[in-house]
Amino acid sequence: MSESEMGKSGMKKDKLVGKENMVRIGVLFTSIVFIAIGIMRQEHLEVLQKAVRICLECIGIG
Amino acid sequence: MSGMHRDRMNAGRQNDTDGQGAGRKDASRQSRGFRRISFQRVVQLLSAALVNGYVVGFQKGTIFTGKSKAICVPVLNCYSCPGALGACPIGSLQEALGGRHHFPFYVLGSLMLFGIVLGRAVCGLLCPFGLVQDLLYKIPVPKWKVPGRIDKPARFLKYVILVVLVIFLPAFLATKTGIVPPYFCKYICPAGTLGGGILQMIANPALRKLAGALFSWKVLVMVVILAASMFISRPFCRYLCPLGAFYSVFNRFSFYQMHFEESACVACKQCENACPMAVEVTKDINGQECIRCGKCKTVCRAGAITSDFVRKS
Repeated sequence: MSESEMGKSGMKKDKLVGKENMVRIGVLFTSIVFIAIGIMRQEHLEVLQKAVRICLECIGIG
Repeated sequence: MSGMHRDRMNAGRQNDTDGQGAGRKDASRQSRGFRRISFQRVVQLLSAALVNGYVVGFQKGTIFTGKSKAICVPVLNCYSCPGALGACPIGSLQEALGGRHHFPFYVLGSLMLFGIVLGRAVCGLLCPFGLVQDLLYKIPVPKWKVPGRIDKPARFLKYVILVVLVIFLPAFLATKTGIVPPYFCKYICPAGTLGGGILQMIANPALRKLAGALFSWKVLVMVVILAASMFISRPFCRYLCPLGAFYSVFNRFSFYQMHFEESACVACKQCENACPMAVEVTKDINGQECIRCGKCKTVCRAGAITSDFVRKS
């Protein structure tokens, strides 16, 4: 492989890595925003309410 | 085979010879009852102990009712397990979708966060039910290699379970009484039967009287999965787990990544033979099925496989 070809493939790889990093940071940011909205809507308390009681369906009774 | 590969294989053999002293030491330690526990196993045990740290629950047959149960744990761990300190994300997702019919920001955000940071490393390193399957696979019985024509389509089943039982049915199908059961937990989840059902039945005589056909069905599902785990490596993770299906979507983009250095590979295929999920390591190391258990990394003598949180450019 010539130097110019290697340079081109390296640039392509860098672009791909850059795109992947953007996706990563975007999803991370979205997930944090979702959690914040959920907490503002007190969804964590709904989770708590369900989790502090024995879930009869989960254990095969309900 | 290229000359470079031959050199590397020879270097690998040389390392084997150099490592004979250490090997003898290991053998001597093993004969004295010592056995080196892998990094994966240490992390799995710590994780299982951490998410099920409420010891009093096991003694009294009760469950933990503290505020930490508002937090979803990253793994499939039933919140009705006597020791559970957090909430199961799959149970919580079904509840959130069915309870008030709104978009489950909190649970979905938590799942996305775990997915984007770790991907399926959650399955390989943190999940207590993964640990159970790994230990069962250690039992010395003949091991089955599932043929590709069955294995590949069967892996799709976990996505069907995620979409139908965890998302679609809880969101749209209520019973006559208006209650939306957590369909996956109710009819399939073996982690709930093992960690919640059986332990609660042992500790709580009042619950034992209520057990009927549904409990028998759940025990049957669990027994089949646990029995299969002795012959096939991680059958639940491969074919049925909706949580693994969710995390697999993030596997390629997660911050924690595996890296395969093709130029260092000696094509010995040790990595693919060691993989519990039958991943084609040399072709698609960060594919949807890789659970980042690190077994390929451990067996690779050429040092062609690494893993870290930062993607190398």
